Amino acid sequence: MDSFYKKNGSLISTFFLIAITFWLVFLILIPQLYMLDLSFRPNLPPLLRGGPDDVYTLTHYNHFLFGSETSKDTYNYVDIGVFVDTIGTAVLVTIINLCFCYPIAFYIAKLATPNATRLLILALIIPFWINELLRSFAIRILFAGEGVINNLLIELGLLDVAVNFIALDVALYTGLTYAYILLMIFPLYNALDTLDTNQLEAAKDLGSSTIRTHWRIVIPHAKAGIASGSTMVFMLTAGALATPVVLSSPNTFWFTQLIYQWFNMNDNWSRGSAYSIILLVVSVAFVLLMMRLFKVTIGEVVR
Amino acid sequence: MSADVELQSVSIAFGDFYAAKNVNVKIEAGEFFSFLGPSGCGKTTLLRAVSGFLEPSEGKVLIGGQNMSGIGPNKRPTSLIFQNLALFPLMSVADNIAFSLEVRGVGKQARRKRAGELLDLVALNGQGDKKVHELSGGQKQRVAIARALAVEPEVLLLDEPLSALDLKLRQKMRTELRAIQQRVGITFIYITHDQGEALTMSDRVGVMNDGQLEQVGSCYEVYQAPSTPFVATFVGENNAFAGKVEKVSKGTAQVNVDGKSFSGAIGKTTAGNLHNIGVGDEAIVFVRPESLNLAKDTKAPKNKFSADIKTIEFEGNLKNIYLKSSTKKSIRFSVPSVFDTSHLTPGSKIELAFSAQSAIVLPSGPLALD
Repeated sequence: MDSFYKKNGSLISTFFLIAITFWLVFLILIPQLYMLDLSFRPNLPPLLRGGPDDVYTLTHYNHFLFGSETSKDTYNYVDIGVFVDTIGTAVLVTIINLCFCYPIAFYIAKLATPNATRLLILALIIPFWINELLRSFAIRILFAGEGVINNLLIELGLLDVAVNFIALDVALYTGLTYAYILLMIFPLYNALDTLDTNQLEAAKDLGSSTIRTHWRIVIPHAKAGIASGSTMVFMLTAGALATPVVLSSPNTFWFTQLIYQWFNMNDNWSRGSAYSIILLVVSVAFVLLMMRLFKVTIGEVVR
Repeated sequence: MSADVELQSVSIAFGDFYAAKNVNVKIEAGEFFSFLGPSGCGKTTLLRAVSGFLEPSEGKVLIGGQNMSGIGPNKRPTSLIFQNLALFPLMSVADNIAFSLEVRGVGKQARRKRAGELLDLVALNGQGDKKVHELSGGQKQRVAIARALAVEPEVLLLDEPLSALDLKLRQKMRTELRAIQQRVGITFIYITHDQGEALTMSDRVGVMNDGQLEQVGSCYEVYQAPSTPFVATFVGENNAFAGKVEKVSKGTAQVNVDGKSFSGAIGKTTAGNLHNIGVGDEAIVFVRPESLNLAKDTKAPKNKFSADIKTIEFEGNLKNIYLKSSTKKSIRFSVPSVFDTSHLTPGSKIELAFSAQSAIVLPSGPLALD
């Protein structure tokens, strides 16, 4: 601490300490701990809070697994189903995102001229000046029954009847993939940018095909960037709210929508908290498992 | 197997800029050939045209008599060693070496065996399981050589691979590279800006400047009989005395340099004829620092001149004495270290001389930058 002060001067050091403490403690730790606490308490009207009935309970977690006490099913198939769907879709979106962004990031990092690089990065960033909700509605307009794509395909004679892209969740997948594209491209770009171009030429000179060069040289080099990008995209997709609300089909329900309902419509903050905690814990566990599987360490991901 | 490499009128342009201009050279099969030149002279560009990473804008590259136009680097019988070696850091040493076999679908056992043989060849036995970063600079060098040889190339191309090593190791690797070349018997094309490297290893050297091949010849030829002022000053040290030709007779020319007459042998052109020098032409007399002598130690000194001593530099085996002539021209005079220089104090004037046979007269032209 002493050396930190000496190195950076008292003004900067004090600012850093206050800012970081504020961020970590007040914005992250306290709300999360409060939520964790709340998730183990019964949902009581304000007057009864802190009274004899306010004891720790697992009732909200039980509800997620086994449903309400009046339910005849063994498990809470609806909520678990929504949860599994959400995680599954988030995984799929992450994979699509990776497949889509890898060639773009590689092109920007290794093949494009400096001018083209600047232009491409601008082209990637500028659309994100428009807010997420508006972008989602724009995609809805694109994929709607009377939307741009349907009209175009019918006009060209490729379709007779409009395809319901919303019901097929094509719009949802597209919207979610696009929503976090930058969070995939930039870690990938950073990783690929540090790859020595001579290695690509060396591999080629030794007779390697493009695909093998990527498989043996480029992807191993970019592994940390892939892990970093995938983690962020997965986490944010699983926790997305605006895009699923605007783009999901009537029968697709996103787990965050459930959480939203418990908090805002059913006024059950305790249950909402329990559901949030479930999403958080399972997402983190899933990411850690994947990192284990692909032999990536936390240190590499944040590099 | 080794193949000859022929560059026929090769020019390589990037927009308006010509990195190589009308280069013609035939490198014999099994030869150790070096392209020597300052950075930016186009030698790396030329090497990339041989390896297939670049197509010449004009002219042809032939390897083993075959036109290589349109044939990619992975299809040519060449193998390239990069300046920074470009080893694959995430693979073991053996995997690096056997990568070319892996891409050809050779099985694991056979790959290990071949990697082992190549490790023996470069004197790295038993180091195959190490990671690249665990090796020293010299060892990495050998891995790069082994990896390049694994494809069994007919021509090995080396792009200044020793430039990152320290002096001792560089000298050791020169000897070793030469030995490896003789063992495998294939053509080596070596790129360097270091004349010491080029002269110690090569059978022949091609000196390049500004995209053009100035002279091709044996190491001895480019040092002793430079055909252009650039080669004279780039290969080794040389004192250049520019002036006007006053007299020409039987292969010697007398040049008036600031009022003094210096005579020397007329140099040869790249084609092997004497340069066509006539009275009144602008010419330069080149004298190596080691060819200068103190006038008082010379019997009947010729080509005599005097100069002021500026500094004396001790270089181990040599002492370099830097002088300034009356016309402010810098002159370098080298003597063996055993030579007693105690009487040569900076600021004093000395008389120097050189024999006409040790001086070369060339038509004036651009010199290598100091």
